[in-house]
Amino acid sequence: MSTVKLTVNGKAVAVDVEDRTLLVQLLRDHLNLTGTHVGCDTSQCGACVVHMDGKAVKSCTMLAGQADGANVTTIEGIAKGDELHPMQAAFRDNHGLQCGYCTPGMIMSAIDIVHRHNAQGSGGRLDEATVRHELEGNICRCTGYHNIVKAVLDAAGRMKVSQAAE
Amino acid sequence: MGVEGIGARVVRKEDKRFITGKGRYVDDIKLQGMTHAHFIRSPHAHAKVKGIDSSAALKMPGVVAVLTGQEIVDDKVGNLICGWAITSKDGSPMKMGAWPAMAPETVRFVGQAVAVVIAESKNLARDAAEAVVVNYEELPAVADVHAAIKSGAPQLHPEAPGNQVYDWVIGDEGAADAAFAKAANVVKLDVTNNRLAPNAMEPRAAIADYDSAEEHFTLYTTSQNPHVARLVLSAFYNIAPEHKLRVIAPDVGGGFGSKIFIYPEEMVALWASKKVGRPVKWTGDRTEAFLTDAHGRDHVTHAEMAFDANNKITGLKVKTYANFGAYMSLFSSSVPTYLYATLLSGQYNIPAIHAEVIGVYTNTTPVDAYRGAGRPEASYLIERLMETAARQLNVDPAALRRTNFITQFPHQTPVIMAYDVGDFNASLDAAMKAIDYAGFPARKAKAKADGKLRGIGVSCYIEACGIAPSKAVGSLGAGVGLWESAEVRVNPVGTIEILTGSHSHGQGHETTFCQLVAERLGVPISQVSIVHGDTDKVQFGMGTYGSRSAAVGLTAILKAMEKMESKAKKIAAHALEASEGDIVIENGEFKVAGTDKAIAFPMVALAAYTAHNLPDGMEPGLKESAFYDPTNFTFPAGTYICELEVDPGTGKTSFVNFVAADDFGRLINPMIVEGQVHGGLVQGIGQALLEHAIYDSNGQPVTASFMDYAMPRADDVPSFNLSHTTTLCPGNPLGIKGCGEAGAIGASAAVINAITDAIGKNNLEMPATPDRVWRTIHAA
Repeated sequence: MSTVKLTVNGKAVAVDVEDRTLLVQLLRDHLNLTGTHVGCDTSQCGACVVHMDGKAVKSCTMLAGQADGANVTTIEGIAKGDELHPMQAAFRDNHGLQCGYCTPGMIMSAIDIVHRHNAQGSGGRLDEATVRHELEGNICRCTGYHNIVKAVLDAAGRMKVSQAAE
Repeated sequence: MGVEGIGARVVRKEDKRFITGKGRYVDDIKLQGMTHAHFIRSPHAHAKVKGIDSSAALKMPGVVAVLTGQEIVDDKVGNLICGWAITSKDGSPMKMGAWPAMAPETVRFVGQAVAVVIAESKNLARDAAEAVVVNYEELPAVADVHAAIKSGAPQLHPEAPGNQVYDWVIGDEGAADAAFAKAANVVKLDVTNNRLAPNAMEPRAAIADYDSAEEHFTLYTTSQNPHVARLVLSAFYNIAPEHKLRVIAPDVGGGFGSKIFIYPEEMVALWASKKVGRPVKWTGDRTEAFLTDAHGRDHVTHAEMAFDANNKITGLKVKTYANFGAYMSLFSSSVPTYLYATLLSGQYNIPAIHAEVIGVYTNTTPVDAYRGAGRPEASYLIERLMETAARQLNVDPAALRRTNFITQFPHQTPVIMAYDVGDFNASLDAAMKAIDYAGFPARKAKAKADGKLRGIGVSCYIEACGIAPSKAVGSLGAGVGLWESAEVRVNPVGTIEILTGSHSHGQGHETTFCQLVAERLGVPISQVSIVHGDTDKVQFGMGTYGSRSAAVGLTAILKAMEKMESKAKKIAAHALEASEGDIVIENGEFKVAGTDKAIAFPMVALAAYTAHNLPDGMEPGLKESAFYDPTNFTFPAGTYICELEVDPGTGKTSFVNFVAADDFGRLINPMIVEGQVHGGLVQGIGQALLEHAIYDSNGQPVTASFMDYAMPRADDVPSFNLSHTTTLCPGNPLGIKGCGEAGAIGASAAVINAITDAIGKNNLEMPATPDRVWRTIHAA
């Protein structure tokens, strides 16, 4: 057993876990943050994606201990109260989800994609091919990706506007 | 159409919980004192279980129990059933081997459970499972249908000699033979419809909770049809009488057919919960999903089509071998028979059809309904045949289809189905226009100049949905009726709860079903909630599969609404001192037609519950229910056209354009309908290009994780160009046909027709991987 100390969605937590505990198990089983899902156990499907220190990571593929000292954000931590994150709103408005199971991981990956491309300045404009390529690590069985791609491109615009406003 | 009524692109009500991480799937649920199950599964495709030694495991800390197949048989938990009886051509019933929930003596596929460890945590259960020693005696195994029916092949079940489940026929063989005897041309084709793993993103899971004081079970499970699960668990598996068993299917992360069936893991969890006196939870991992979720497709078919001198089809003969895997799953028997061969007429006038289907056991995971269930196999076969015929007869593939389209409705096919309505020319026209079919030769020539092989492929599918009239399916062998139920509960303040036996696992019922209420009553959808997925809340229902929820489930809601509105009109008429016949419903008000006298719907509801001033003899309250049995199947149909390029150097396929023109009848929410089509198309494209559940000759699965089985990813597929043509379904009052499976039914033929057009060779099996395409291009 070890104590893992980390910040999750802005709150400092200390959790005693078996050494073999995965980050996703810490989130789901110990912190009851069940929005992060497990879809494959082999790092393929991306249902488990969260942000660690601002970068998208697959939480089924790292030990909880590796997140010691880190700042972790999950799907439960991206809205500001009742105000949805622009990516969440874009998924809803573009019907970018059906059963909802892959959705948290999709949204977390998509935010990371947009951040990285928006960060490249005006040259970092996302297009459909880039979004499709970068979503390679997230599998959805319901939507055929059509509306997910639309949602990510829509959100990229919304996030640029909100970045500019800030 | 109001802003939230029928036809409106209403954003989904259920989305908020999913996008904020507040969905509630089975694995998200924790019960007090809950234990965790881990199954011990056979690593062999065929073996005798000679002994199970759990003594070391039982000594490990945190281990509650190790339970075996022999114990579940001793406790008289019933064997798994197949719910659709099929009769062979010689009049004999289908031949089924016994399928216990855990194998006491013989395992017949890799992944079949022989025992289960119950422990305090999932990790402890896994650790203990490693310490259980199972002694197997390996037996020879067979995975391929042709190998399985050879004499001397390993035999799976003593009940089924030659590994044959049935040899079933449909149609008129004499008429078909006569057509072929007179044919001007005969087109022949051998096709394999590749085995697929459904792969809903949420793995199956179950939590069973036995209350010994009440002798009552609660089961939380990943089900598309919780009432059917309760019925089967109660009536056939002897778990508990129905009133002592509550089945809850909360948020379910996709189904595609694979969550219709009641699986051994749910039976074992219920049984084990009573055994250990604590709740038992099992959550499958992805490899367990590959090994134990019922697979789809897996047909090997030879077909011949006869044409007269005017290129009119005169006859069709089909012989299909269907691989059922090691056991007959719940609806498996119906898939390659009544859900397949009854659609072999496609969109075409075919005067004579004869089909023979031979169902075969192999040492593989059981096969059952997967999105489309038999109809993709039929559509793929017919549309590959039409393309092959066009090439052989040297006519344009679209023109050949047009020559043979059914244009008069109703149309009785030679294979049971009576198509009620359609306009196949309209959807073909729409798709050809959308893709600029006429401009294709110029684009092909330009691509050729760039070193690419460009192809175009047409697929004109038809399917049967709205499953189904109970009397009809009963006469064909179904063990259940396929009606749907609904209840409309109006609360005293005028908010409305709709209880439905349909189950939403991604389809958006919480929105579309509310849209019907908004359309009829003019109330905002925020005032309406949909209750489903819990046998304690909804009296009964048949669940969601076969694109039936709108055509059947929503019609049941309409029937209950009509009853409720009729009573509400009486109350309104009484309050307004008007005649009931003069009351009309407009914008949330009950009005006396042609006057300004009106009473708001919430006031009608309140009047029903205060009961201070109701018409004489009227019962208080405002709640009505209905059971709706459909009058016919519905027949969604359409045309998909795919244009793509093949790189002759690598065999890699790249999409240029993919258009879909569907006729689904009336659309409730076009946004949701389009989403269903997108998802279906990608499952069809996945089958055509990527997906294949492969076994080696010893029955070992080669593709049991996402590292080995190629799921379609975002950069494997294009965006789609969708349109709709509309003929309203006359079989239900809303004119709905159903849209859930069309994409998966029609897409694969369009892709393979396009690739074979591009490379100029007709024979290419799915999945058309770059390797396979390259070899086909360069084959002598």
